[in-house]
Amino acid sequence: MRILITGVSGALARMVAERLAQRGHQVIGVDRRPWPDAPKGIEIHRSDVRKRPVEDLFRTRRPDALVHMATVTHLSASREERYRINMNGTRAVWDSCHAYGVGHAIFVGRHTIYGAAADTPLYRTEAEPPLASSTFPDLADLVAADLFCGAALWRWPELTTTVLRMVYTLGPSRRGTLAAFLAGPRVPSILGFDPLFHFMHELDAVEAICAAIEKRPRGVFNVAGPPPVPLSLLTSRTGRKALPLPEPLFSLMLGRFGLPKLAEGAAQHVKYPIVLDGREFKRATGFEEAYDEVAVMESFRWA
Amino acid sequence: MRWSVVDPEVADRIDRLELDFGRDGFDRYGVSKEELKLFMSLLKVFYRRYFHVRTVRIEQVPDRGRALLIGNHSGGLPVDAGMLLASLVLDHEPPRLAHGMVEKFVQAWPVVNTLFQRCGQFAGLPENAVRLLEDERILMVFPEGARGTGKLYRDRYRLVRFGTGFMRLALQTKSPIVPFAFVGGEEAIPVIYHAPLLAKLLGAPYVPITPYLLPLPRPVNCEIYFGTPLRFEGTGTESDEVIQGYVDQVSTRITELIDEGLAERGVSLERPRA
Repeated sequence: MRILITGVSGALARMVAERLAQRGHQVIGVDRRPWPDAPKGIEIHRSDVRKRPVEDLFRTRRPDALVHMATVTHLSASREERYRINMNGTRAVWDSCHAYGVGHAIFVGRHTIYGAAADTPLYRTEAEPPLASSTFPDLADLVAADLFCGAALWRWPELTTTVLRMVYTLGPSRRGTLAAFLAGPRVPSILGFDPLFHFMHELDAVEAICAAIEKRPRGVFNVAGPPPVPLSLLTSRTGRKALPLPEPLFSLMLGRFGLPKLAEGAAQHVKYPIVLDGREFKRATGFEEAYDEVAVMESFRWA
Repeated sequence: MRWSVVDPEVADRIDRLELDFGRDGFDRYGVSKEELKLFMSLLKVFYRRYFHVRTVRIEQVPDRGRALLIGNHSGGLPVDAGMLLASLVLDHEPPRLAHGMVEKFVQAWPVVNTLFQRCGQFAGLPENAVRLLEDERILMVFPEGARGTGKLYRDRYRLVRFGTGFMRLALQTKSPIVPFAFVGGEEAIPVIYHAPLLAKLLGAPYVPITPYLLPLPRPVNCEIYFGTPLRFEGTGTESDEVIQGYVDQVSTRITELIDEGLAERGVSLERPRA
């Protein structure tokens, strides 16, 4: 298959590209950022997903499948930039998929769109509403992008759309949202709260995306690996020291004293869990994780 | 040797729980084996030494598989839930962990919310309940809810309005209902007044005030009477009248169990007959 990957220079996307190439697929990658030492078999184009050169790729190379990983979070882009990339960019590539007869498009999204709050069920199924627009306003654009792709399911029925809502990834690359939170020697938490954190090994995440390409499940799917663990255990198992802060102090101290900088609203994610029910995806693709929760934490710790 | 507050009997019985704990002693809902041992050791002191809880027909609770424990709230604080939890771990063979369906306001309280989570006491949401039942767990539901613990002493042992959600859950998941009556809690925490202003401050539905002011339980002997499991046929989508009829059967059964307990104590309460 000829597969186009947007946002290919990201840590997880590179692994996906390499794995797909190993499996004998022809991989075309697009990103604004460079990937200097990209493996020989992978064709790299430097462009913004909203720009002409990417549409040209659709027109001239006619990919069979798209893996859309060109989304950004508040950690790397300003609000305006985020809306342009996450919403206009997603729209542009889905339009191209429709216009140029791509058979299958995968949106690689995040589980945080469900939002953390006191009154939500512990396990979220795909039917749960994404609450992040209210609990964590900096994720609103990602919520919108996710729902936009979901709407493509009925708007363009001939295009098989797969929306993946993936739990945090963690592993030896030490990249990603959760890795950034755990980067320092001390991990902040909120006194009296110890929510479950749901994550999977980055290689399992790569496997899950590959499984989605090969099995082409149509619809919206939660992607989860091993069971979630409490933040306190995640902190100690990754060799960090927990720093429980009273809630009023929490936002004041972030970004200072070697603590990670978090967006407004992130405190909710340190108080309440976001845990996914990933059974539907496993049924649809046969995906099974290879790393249990302890193995994931150890792989991050000793990398 | 490390000094430990964990009771060896409790530790042994928690180890015998048929739940799949991971390598670090947590199950997939965040229930912690170690914290369960600590919490249960504390409950055991109250169970055996303070309330001297006696159970009647506890073998009615199934050894394995899903079930809903449905009973009355007795007393101004949910001490009854703690004692019921302890009874299933300490006096049921094999030991079982019941999952309470906790009032939602508790989730926002620091420390308490974490403790409850680690001990398997989750927010009372239908999604949580269905998932646990389908996972062959035991659910503990007090359909009177906060209305039940909020009873004043003069209304003791009279059931207040039962919620009907539990019946739809039982029908939907085809779970048996084990009725129980908790007797003694109303004497342990006799509530004569509610402090509305304080309750508003704490975000709680009420704050119980006892004749001796503090909402602390007195050492009164308590009993838990279990009834034979009730099974209802249906899908959970029945009309309110049908569901209400089933719920009334359950609450009637619980009233009978309460009366059995009160008779044993030589107490009789005047009940308006329906």
